[in-house]
Amino acid sequence: MSALFKPSRRDFLKATALAGGGLVIGFALPATGRFARAATDFAPSAYLRVAPDGTVTVVCGLSEMGQGVLTAIPMLVAEELDADWSRIKVEQGPADAAFANPIFGMQATGGSTAVMGFWTPMRKAGAAAREMLVAAAAASWGVAAADCSTRDGRVTGPGGQSLGYGELAERAGALPVPAEPVLKDPSDFRLLGTAARRLDSPPKIDGSGQFGLDVRLPVMLTAALARPPAPGARLVSVDDRAARAIAGVRDVITLPQGVAVLADGFHAAVQGRDALVTEWDKGEFASVTHETISKRLHAALERKGVTVRAEGKADRPVARRLEATYEVPYLAHACMEPMNGTAWVRDGGCEVWTGTQGQGPLKGLVAGLLGIAPEQVKVHTPYLGGGFGRRFAADFAIEPVLLSKATGKPVQVVFTREDDMRAGYFRPASVTRFEAGLDATGQPQSFTARIVGPSLMLPSGFMSELPGGIDPSAVEGIAEFFYGVPEQRIEWVREEAGIGPWFWRSVGHSQNCFFLESFIDEMAAATGKDPFEFRRGLLADKPRQRGVLELAAARAGWGTPLPEGRHRGIAVSHSFGSYVAEVAEVSVDAAGKVKLHRVVAAVDCGMTVNPQIIERQIEGAIVYGLTAALYGKITLAAGEVEQGNFDDYPVLRMSEMPRVEVHIVPSREPPGGIGEPGLPPLAPALTNAIFAATGKRIRRLPIDPQQLAQA
Amino acid sequence: MIALSINGRDTEVDVTPDTPLLWVLRDNLSMTGTKFGCGLAQCGACTVHLDGRPVRACVTPVRRAAGRKVTTIEAVGSGRVGQAVQQAWLKIDVPQCGYCQSGQIMSATALLERNPAPSDADIDGAMDGNLCRCGTYNQIRAAIHEAAASLKA
Repeated sequence: MSALFKPSRRDFLKATALAGGGLVIGFALPATGRFARAATDFAPSAYLRVAPDGTVTVVCGLSEMGQGVLTAIPMLVAEELDADWSRIKVEQGPADAAFANPIFGMQATGGSTAVMGFWTPMRKAGAAAREMLVAAAAASWGVAAADCSTRDGRVTGPGGQSLGYGELAERAGALPVPAEPVLKDPSDFRLLGTAARRLDSPPKIDGSGQFGLDVRLPVMLTAALARPPAPGARLVSVDDRAARAIAGVRDVITLPQGVAVLADGFHAAVQGRDALVTEWDKGEFASVTHETISKRLHAALERKGVTVRAEGKADRPVARRLEATYEVPYLAHACMEPMNGTAWVRDGGCEVWTGTQGQGPLKGLVAGLLGIAPEQVKVHTPYLGGGFGRRFAADFAIEPVLLSKATGKPVQVVFTREDDMRAGYFRPASVTRFEAGLDATGQPQSFTARIVGPSLMLPSGFMSELPGGIDPSAVEGIAEFFYGVPEQRIEWVREEAGIGPWFWRSVGHSQNCFFLESFIDEMAAATGKDPFEFRRGLLADKPRQRGVLELAAARAGWGTPLPEGRHRGIAVSHSFGSYVAEVAEVSVDAAGKVKLHRVVAAVDCGMTVNPQIIERQIEGAIVYGLTAALYGKITLAAGEVEQGNFDDYPVLRMSEMPRVEVHIVPSREPPGGIGEPGLPPLAPALTNAIFAATGKRIRRLPIDPQQLAQA
Repeated sequence: MIALSINGRDTEVDVTPDTPLLWVLRDNLSMTGTKFGCGLAQCGACTVHLDGRPVRACVTPVRRAAGRKVTTIEAVGSGRVGQAVQQAWLKIDVPQCGYCQSGQIMSATALLERNPAPSDADIDGAMDGNLCRCGTYNQIRAAIHEAAASLKA
């Protein structure tokens, strides 16, 4: 995603005196991009405060959905500030142009961009504050700033004199902000690269941490909606008499999104919703099933697509051709916290509380919806109970705004698990056909991919047109084909076959890496080569891919004997600026049931902020990818989603959890992303191991145990 | 009115007896530490203790809680085992998004209350009903062993 948005590096640092004394460093990025323009005007906002008691508060405008951003962003500031980490606090920032993500040009959290985007700006903010604190101390001592040093929240002078940051804050606040503060050489980092404790752990172990669903306002109504059973279904009639008769039900309001029952609390709201008698016209969607969608995707394989890449010519004659077609289904995100939003429209303004990944665009959307100025909209971001891309959408925030406008009361819309599962935001189904030409020695000479799937960027509104007619989110993971094959042809056939395509952890990489790394394995198998050595041989000029591949293989003991019945598979990927290889250790029982015992991951994500968070993100992405590979499937019958809850959309449980080892490559390269890159190689490492175990090639997810059962 | 004893405090709520305990806690009493995840006892996010035993509050009618001791995440740390579990969770930095962790901690505490030295299989058995989409299972397992060790010391 990062290539789509031109980063803006024009930083404007500002200092303001804090009421009651203290130093405030504000930092604003010019709003760029269509959402940012719609969202907010230029309004610099403070995001770093040094209080007179020495407490440093970092204000983070990114959303915390488990990826550790409320720890990583303060670490960037604290490193350059030479702050005392035990006295760092973090605060969630409001929706404000000052917090625009430099990679997106709007305030949003996703695409594994947080550290990539804020690596330099946040360090500069810390460095600027440090220089000002040093200048204040030097002035008060009458010494040169260059003769002073800083550590753990104190400035020390040449004569051993020392002042705490808190004592210096007010004087520092009166000084000009250095435009180009000097950043540390990475060899001088003391905090970055260490496993500093997460700042958000304490409120997450005693129930005090506030998620969107935990927002409680006076006289708040809770709403549950009867939603269209299929995308685009039209409400024909509604009888709300029974619903209105239920104790606690206060109102029934029909919105374009569905029929809302507003009540005192969730229980009455859902009882009322379930008592509605509704009739819907599903229109042309009434005949859509996942099979009809699959057929359309396969049919589209016969069309010529847009050329994504066409280069080179085979060096030697092709002696043998391989062909294979791969497919994945729709997937739901199934965040643990069901979608929800709370809004209060009053006094010409609106406040929204919601676990959003895109408070910047949301602010503009709400303003537009209500016909008010963006400054009249306040967006509060509580903790997100999982995001995974789903919370980029605004559906769950718009509904309470409309209902609060209609009632004048604060309204919290709660999706039941079933509402959440069926809301129509899915990783889209897609199909890809590969062809490879091998020469007489088995060396690959040509590689062809035809990728079929819908556009994500157009319906999401993040792009108004596709560059070169190609949706980067649909082709990523294959488009960057990094193996040394002389002739390469990659095409994308756009096929809008179904329902609401949406961003899902690692987006296009989530399926394309499975497709590609499985087919690479097929090529290795066809030539009788070891899958690790085969890849290695094609990565001669790709040191970072080769580096993680070799590290994962070495740490996994690739080629060494395993216990009876266990087999290994390997895959490598490059996504969101980082390189990950994974080795999966698998057994398959006679009934075809797959057990993943161990995953060894090697990660090259450039310079690191917090290795513990990196390890956990890789491990978490492995679990998310494993769930999808083993179980993930949204199916449709008569246009309606068949799954509703965790009983029919199972997710990985404790007893199925593999051992996971994560090895990080030491690096001085700029940081890459970490929330998503662990996911793509998991499925192919797993299915390649299954091939090693059974000789059966999985070309379609989720894995079907019947395909693997011994006859 | 239904009389309840929650975290050692007596209270009365004016709800129908079939209202799930989860929504009495969250909506009537504004005790939002206990989470809603599925409504079908499929995910464990709403786990609380009834007389020390773990139950899924989303499918527990409030009438079943009447006359029994309800313990929630807000007070589990006032017990020796609950406190050890929370400390272990902090030591290992278990939570990611954190949404499921109230339920995980309640299930883990109930496990350690009846089995002070659980094996991995015991942990699987007690924790399999608590889902985590962030994938913190290995950290949860490590934290349970850590808490068990700290309670033994």
